[in-house]
Formats: sequence, C-alpha cells, structure tokens
Amino acid sequence: MSPPRPRPRQPLAQRMIDALRRRPLDAAAALAVLIMAAWIAPGLMRWAIIDATWTGETKAACTEGGACWAIVTSRWRQVLAGFYPKDHLWRVAAAALVLLAGVAPLLRRRTSGLALATAPAAVLLAYGVMEGAGVLPRAPTDYWGGFFLNLFIGLGASIFALPLGIALALGRTSRLPVVKGLCVAFIEVIRGSPLIVLLFAAAVVAPLFTPAGMTLDKLTRAMIVIILFEAAYMAEAVRGGLAGVPAGQVEAARALGLDRWRTLVFVVLPQALRIATPALVNSFIGLFKDTTLIYVIGVLDITGVLRNAVTDFAWQGLETEAYVFVAAVFWVFCFGLSRWSASLERRLSIPGKSA
Amino acid sequence: MGLQACGDPGSAVDEPPPLAAGVEGAPTAQPGQAPAAGQTLRAVKARGYLLCGVHQGLLGFAYADNNGRWRGFDVDFCRATAAAVLGDGNAVRFIPTSSTDRFSALQSGEVDVLWRNTSGTFSRDATLNLAGVNYYDGQGFMAPRASGVRSAKDLDGARICIQTGSTNELNLTDWFRAHGLRYQPVVFDTEDKARSAYDREQCDALTADMSNLAAARVAMKRPDDHVLLPEIISKEPLGPVVRHGDDQWTDVVRWTLNATILAEELGITSQNLQAQRQSQSPEVRRLLGAEGGLGRMIGLQDDWAVKVIATSGNYGEIFERNLGAQTPLKLARGLNAPWNGAPSGLLFAAPMR
Amino acid sequence: MRRPSKRASFTKGELIIQAVMLAAAVLVIWALAATALANLRARGMASGFEFLERPAGFQIAQSWIAYDPVDSHARVFLVGALNTLSVAAAGIVLATVIGVVAGVARRARSLVARGAASVYVEVARNTPLPIQLLVWYALITAAPPPRAALALGDAIFLTNRGLHLPSLTTAAPAWVLFFILGALGVGSALVLWALTARGATRHRRFVLKGAVVLGLAILGLAIRGVSLPHRTGFGFEGGLEVSPPLLSLLAALTFYTGGYIAEIVRGGLASVDRGQGEAAAALGLSPLQTVRLVTLPQALRVMAPPMVSQYLNLLKNSSLAVVVGYPDLVAVFGGTSLNQTGQAIETLGLVLVFFVAVSLTLSWAVNSWSRRQQRWSVR
Repeated sequence: MSPPRPRPRQPLAQRMIDALRRRPLDAAAALAVLIMAAWIAPGLMRWAIIDATWTGETKAACTEGGACWAIVTSRWRQVLAGFYPKDHLWRVAAAALVLLAGVAPLLRRRTSGLALATAPAAVLLAYGVMEGAGVLPRAPTDYWGGFFLNLFIGLGASIFALPLGIALALGRTSRLPVVKGLCVAFIEVIRGSPLIVLLFAAAVVAPLFTPAGMTLDKLTRAMIVIILFEAAYMAEAVRGGLAGVPAGQVEAARALGLDRWRTLVFVVLPQALRIATPALVNSFIGLFKDTTLIYVIGVLDITGVLRNAVTDFAWQGLETEAYVFVAAVFWVFCFGLSRWSASLERRLSIPGKSA
Repeated sequence: MGLQACGDPGSAVDEPPPLAAGVEGAPTAQPGQAPAAGQTLRAVKARGYLLCGVHQGLLGFAYADNNGRWRGFDVDFCRATAAAVLGDGNAVRFIPTSSTDRFSALQSGEVDVLWRNTSGTFSRDATLNLAGVNYYDGQGFMAPRASGVRSAKDLDGARICIQTGSTNELNLTDWFRAHGLRYQPVVFDTEDKARSAYDREQCDALTADMSNLAAARVAMKRPDDHVLLPEIISKEPLGPVVRHGDDQWTDVVRWTLNATILAEELGITSQNLQAQRQSQSPEVRRLLGAEGGLGRMIGLQDDWAVKVIATSGNYGEIFERNLGAQTPLKLARGLNAPWNGAPSGLLFAAPMR
Repeated sequence: MRRPSKRASFTKGELIIQAVMLAAAVLVIWALAATALANLRARGMASGFEFLERPAGFQIAQSWIAYDPVDSHARVFLVGALNTLSVAAAGIVLATVIGVVAGVARRARSLVARGAASVYVEVARNTPLPIQLLVWYALITAAPPPRAALALGDAIFLTNRGLHLPSLTTAAPAWVLFFILGALGVGSALVLWALTARGATRHRRFVLKGAVVLGLAILGLAIRGVSLPHRTGFGFEGGLEVSPPLLSLLAALTFYTGGYIAEIVRGGLASVDRGQGEAAAALGLSPLQTVRLVTLPQALRVMAPPMVSQYLNLLKNSSLAVVVGYPDLVAVFGGTSLNQTGQAIETLGLVLVFFVAVSLTLSWAVNSWSRRQQRWSVR
C-alpha cells in the first residue's frame, strides 16, 4: 500500500459529479442503494421504535401501526428461561454463568489442553444446577426453555463435540484402515444429513433404540444427536488445522526425542487447534443458529416460547414481532462472535503468508 | 423442601410446580413393554404429579399465559385428571409435544396421557388406546361470500388452505376423489397459518374442523363476508389417548372426562359443588362419592369427582371458559352439547353405577 | 505425489486395536437393531418396507411427475426427492449469482457498494435460517391478492398466491425426453471428439461452442410456443407458477447461502496475488480479460471446495421446507408418510440415505475435479 497522496479538497458536489462521470455504473448503483435505504429506514424506525409499544399485558395495550414489543417484555421470564419456576431463576442465571465461564478458557489466545477437560465439567455443572442433581430441588428438562435453552444447547453441544471432533479428525488421518474407515463413514454420513431429520429421529426413532428400563428425556436425546452432528463438522475444522501444521514441526519434535503421542499432544494439536479456531467458531455460530430448529420436536426454545405466545388470545397475530425479536437477538450474538472470529483469524495468520 | 409451596393450589404460581427433590420423574412404562394394568396409576401416585402431553401452542386448547401458567380446553382436562388421581389440579407437568412426536412420547413413557386434540381413528386405537371423546368435530369448508361458492361441489379447481399432517388432509383427498373434482392443496404446518393465508386470499377456501372454521370466521376482519359451506366431509372425534394395555389407567382417564359430562347433566358446577354434596339424589351422591364407593373400583379416592369438578368445573364450564361465547373463539356448543340439552348434542356418558 | 504402498504392515498392537474397534462397531449396530426390533414387537408396531407399495392417500401440492393419491408411498418418495432436488438446484444457481455479485461488491471501490454488500452479508449470515424463512414467507404472502396483482407488462404477475411467469410450451413429454437425449448425445459426442482427437487442439474451443449451439438447437425443436399467464375465475392460469412456499423457500435459501458465498468469493479473490492482476494489466489485458483469464481461474481453485460445501448445506437446508409447506422429501415422506404409516425408522432412514447419497456423489465429483485442477497447475 502506497501512502495516500494529499490532494486538494474539492467541494463535495464537484467530487460527486466527477465520480458520476468516471464510473457512471457504480455511481448509479450507489445512488439506488442510498435511495432505497432512505425509503425503507424511516418506516422501519417508526414501526420498530418510535410508534412501538414497550409494555402491556395484552395486545390491546399496543398502538396500531407500531411494533408491539409488550409480547416480549410481558413474558421476559419465559423468553429467557422458559417455564423454569420463578423462585429458582437464580439457578438459570448461575447455570448460564457457569457455562460461559466454562467456555472462556477455550477462547483464550492459547487454548490450553486443560480447557478441553474443564469445559465439559462446566456443562455438567450447569446441567446439575438446572436439574438439581439430587442436591437442589429437581427441575426436569421440560421446565427448561427460552433463550437459556438455545445457549445451553449451542454451548453445551459444542463443548462436548470438540473433543469428539478432535478424536474423529485424528482418526481420519490415521494410517490404520479400520480406524480411518469408521471415522470417515461417521463424518460423511452425519455431514450429509439435514439436522432437522436427525432431530425428528431423536424425537421419534431414538426411544426405540433404548433398551427396556432405560429412558432418556427428549432434550437429552436431542442433545446427543446435536453433539454427534456438531462433532462431525468440528472434525473437519480440526482436520484443516492439522493439515496446516508444517511437517517440519513434527520432524523437529521427533528429532528432539519426543515419542509419537507426545509430539501429537504437545506440538501438533496445540498448533492445529490454534489454526482451526476461526473455523471452529464459525461452526459454533452455525450450530447456535440451528438451535432454533428444536421447536419442530416440541421443545420450547426462544422461538417456541414466542410462537406459543401468539396462540394466547392476548397476543394472537403478533408473529412479526416474535420473529423480528428472535432475529435481532441472534444477530447481536452471532455478529459479535463473527467479528471476534475474524479478528482472531487476522491475529493468527502468519505474516508473510498470503491471506 | 421450601419448594413444595409451589404446588399450592390456587396460588398464582408458575406452572407446574411440583419440584420434588428425590422424586424421580422417570416413567413408568418401560419402553418396549406393554404396560401392565395399574402400572401407570401406581407410577403417577408414587411420582406425585401427572405428566400430561399437550399441544405446543393452540389457540383455546393449550397455551401458556404471561405468567407461564398453562391454560386452555385440553389443559383443563389435564388438571382434572391430576385432580382425580392426586387430588390436586396443580400436580401436573405439561409436556409440549409436536404432531410428529406426540405418540412416540406417549409410547416411550415421557407422558402419561395425551390431551392434545387428537383425532381418534381405527389405526390409532390399534396401537394406542382412545379414552373417550372430549370434542366432537367434523371437517368442513369456508369460502368468501363474494366468490359465489355455496356448496363444496362448487370448489372444482380451487385452491384450498389446509394444515398438513392432519387427518384433514386425507379426508379432503377422499372427498374430492369421491366427487370427481380437482383441487390444489395449499398446506401449512399450523392451523393459524392456514387461517391467515385464507384471510389474505391465498386460497379460495379453507378446510378444517368445523369448530376451527367457526373460530376462523369470527377472527376475520368482516365475518359476514365468509360462509361455512353445508358439507361436513368427515368425523373428527378429538379425545385423550393413553398407552395400550393399561386398562385401569384408560378407565381413570375416560371417567375423568365422564365425570365432567355427568356433572353438567346433573347440574353440578364448581360453584354449587358444596351444596350438591348434601344432595339426596342417588345419582349425584354416587358421582360425588357420598355412596357406592365407586372410586375405589378404579383405584381412586371416593371423592375423586369432587376434586375434578372443584378443579376444572363441569364440561360446560370448561367449554365456555376456553372456547365459548365469552372467548374470542366464540364457538357454539353444537355437537358438544349434552344429549338432553336444547339444542341437543352428542355428549352421552355412561351412568355412574 | 506418491501414495504409500497399499500393503502397509501393522504391528500386533495396531492389529488388535483395529479388530477391537471393528468388533465394537458391529456389536453396537447389532445391539441397536435387536433392541429396536424387540421394542417394535412389544408395541405392536409394523416394520419392514411393505408400506412403500401401499397407496399413500394424500394429495401433494406440487410434483414434476404424474402423481395421484392412489399412488404408492414409493412414488411419494420420488415426488419429494425431485422437489428437493429442483428447489436445491434453483437455489444453488440463484445463491451463486447473488453471492458473486455481493462478494465482488465487497471488494469494490465504491463505499456505498461495499457498505450495502456488508450489511447484506452480516444480516444473512448472522440470523437463523428458520426465522429468515418465516419472515420471507410473511413478506411474500403480504403481496396483493390476484384481483390486484402486481403486474410487469402482461407477462409477469406477483400475487399472494405466488409468482406467475411466462413459460415455454413443449411437445409431449416423450418427445421432450427424446430431444434432450438427442441434444446430450450429439453435444457430448462432439465434446469427446474435441477432447480426444489429436491435432484438434486448435479448434477445440470452436468445436465446444459448436456443440453447445447444436445441442440448444436440437432442444429448440421441442418447443411449441410461449404460454403467458392469464386471469381466470380462481386467479391465474397458464405460464409457470411459483407458489408462495416455493418462492419463500427459494428466497430464504438464496438470501442465506448468498451471504456465505459472498464471503467465499471475497476470500477467493483476495487470495490471488495483487501482482498477478498488475502483471496482466501490464501485458495489455483489459480488466475483464484479467478477471476471466487470470484472476478467476486461480480464485476458483481456492473457492471450489468451500462453495461445494455451501451447496450441500443449501441442499440440506431445503429440508426446512416443512416450515412453510413446500412439499419436499422431508415434508411429504419424512412427515406425512411417516404420520400415516407410523414407520419412523424406515421413512427417516430412507430420507437420510437419499441426502447422504446425494452429498457423497457431489463431493466425490468435486474432489476429483479439484484433483485434476491441481495436476494441471503443477504442470
């Protein structure tokens, strides 16, 4: 990049005319975009904010022509935590904190192997806090719901999927044909299947596969399926990371006298995971968005809670508000994460290598 | 346990609160085995609450209010069942089920009973048990008055909005085939979507159960611009479903429903219940457990029906509260009136003897 | 690249590990199958594939092949599979167009173009597809009813019952098939000849173009005229009709996947060294020639694998059709057929087999393509 040369500043109108003359097509397109934005934005603003109603117990409280956000605010507990008992909301908050604390070490610049073990422990702890685990009063998973459930499924499944994905990726690069074959078959079958079909299977088919006397609740079954699903995708991300570790690293480690396992654990994997992190984060974003699919098997996540709300006479017909709200919530989370992932990618990229 | 207070009937607490430490919510029927008679009832009593499968959100039938308390026609029958077995209408956990997973949830023991407006059919009864009919329905059509359609036979070549995965879809096909007419289905995964699509004139007619059609008509901007066509093309007996093989449990569910019907017939309401307990009428006395000791024959307390009526009221009260003229659905009793009512309907429960 | 010799030798430990894993895998599958059979028997549920022959009994809104409710569940599978494939194919084409435009715009000089493309990409990629689908559906069904259709000329109409487009009328299906086969046969014969004949290299390009033109000409013989949509009692007749479920599904799949493709295109273009473009310009190539002959071929190699995985995602995401009522494979066979027959294992199993088979075929095709590309690039 050459340093920008200082140019004499011309009046704005002059510059616009120049631009129009030099690149008429570009300028026309830009103008069209601006006009469209100017046309849409004010109406949207008026609907979503200026004319919107923020509180109320029924849709009767809402003004015509504006968004009726009261459907969300009057049910904030359901939106956040589903049907979890009121007196125990602290457990939901605690579980969410435990989950986030469990993920945090994974997001540090240098992922330590320890986090691979502590993060699943955090998920189990969060599950225990929510469910009761024999210590607190029991709250089975059908009390759970709302946005917490999206977080729990998204984070929890990813955390368990990561070690499994690493194992699958290593298995796929194994020189043992049986190990490799099994891993490849698993990864390809899962990656070829739509999640919605796997969820149907978790709801309808999975109970047929559990032996008499053993039952798993619907959320657990869905969770297992989502973990397997995500593991296959993470395996591909990790495989990309493994391929990115220079062969010289392995040779150097072996030359230093490390055996195969030590080379893998202390030299190859840390670098591979580091390279794979952006891909892993993107895969997580994809999964997090997909958690809204859980509604199709009758689990009331944030989407489900709001779709249930519009079947209450009090809020009948407010689908638009429900969908726009869910979209906005996910946008904030996913956009933030993808920005972070992009910056990570830039930091991790090795100077001198292209892009 | 400080939590037990949650189960306090009548208090405006969150649904459903029997969080009991140490009590296993786990089921009851072993998957893969037909439940033996009495197994479900025993399991529900040991557990301390009922697992009731409901719709994940259906106007008037099952939905959660702002405080997270489940309400609706089917929900009231869930509470009635819990009251019959456990004496407490709040001792229920509501399990939302989708139309795909409802039967598998029942068979695998995730729920004890489905009160989830399910159409009874031969093949469903073959693998499960239908425990009565709490809502008689029939499929019909609605069309805009301006279209000039006055009979379903005028609908040749029309587009018809319908909810997918329902028996309605099959009935529609059968009827049009039988009459040698063509049509184009416009399908939706939920009833309310089909309804709003019709409202936006995406199709020429809407087909659904008559109750839903009547409700849909009222919900239109100008109800008088729409007509319900005279043809009723199918029977839809909606009712509770239980697992095959546990006859005692089937009886409990069936007689919970019958108790609400008999109560209406005998003029017992949740308001006059205490007065009626002093009644000298032998029928009333047998229903309310003052004589006969009938409850014990199906493993319940003698005053089980008192608890049912105290919790949900009689059939008429449940209907009016959730679907009737006072609600936005404004459904008429129609087929769901007592057999000796005026006008009469199909509700005809076996006597308590 | 030399592959290691096929006959690798294993240590005793490695052999044992493999044997144990294989045995464990077989055992797990056997145990699951046995449990399922026992459970099915205990619940009195049917198993096996006889249901495929039984009449389905329900109508399907859209089908590429003749379908009648008396047809079997097997035919339902076929109808659903064709619907899935067709919506996926259309979605792939449209998403590629949108994605390439947005991806190029993200590297444009104009700030507004860059900004608009960025807003699009960030919205498309960061909101859940099911929600996008519901929003598109709401938008499309908010279009006016047929009597107040939005019309473009007298040929294209948008109503809340869908988009009505002019279409070509063709000869009888058997003749169309005949012409398609003819066109493919003549075209591929020419191409094969051009690729294999010695000395034909110089004319290769000419022959390829000729093959395409000739093929199209043969296809043209099948066309009998143009059909325009026109109003009738119940809406429109004639022309091609894109129903609201299909339209919203296509819009959502295109919008969502387009965002991902835009990022791939941007990355692909960025991966080509800037010097290459400058060198091409110095050699006197026009900007368009530079892109076509220098930048694109190199970028394409980087872009192909992630593009294909996006295409496969689109195929899988088309199963969300059930949300808006488009009769794809998952909705009709994994949904209605399953509900009618109650045979969840068989129906969902067949659906999965279909998706896995299509995915594997596509990725295999692309892998072999990219291997060939690499071989050429090494040379």
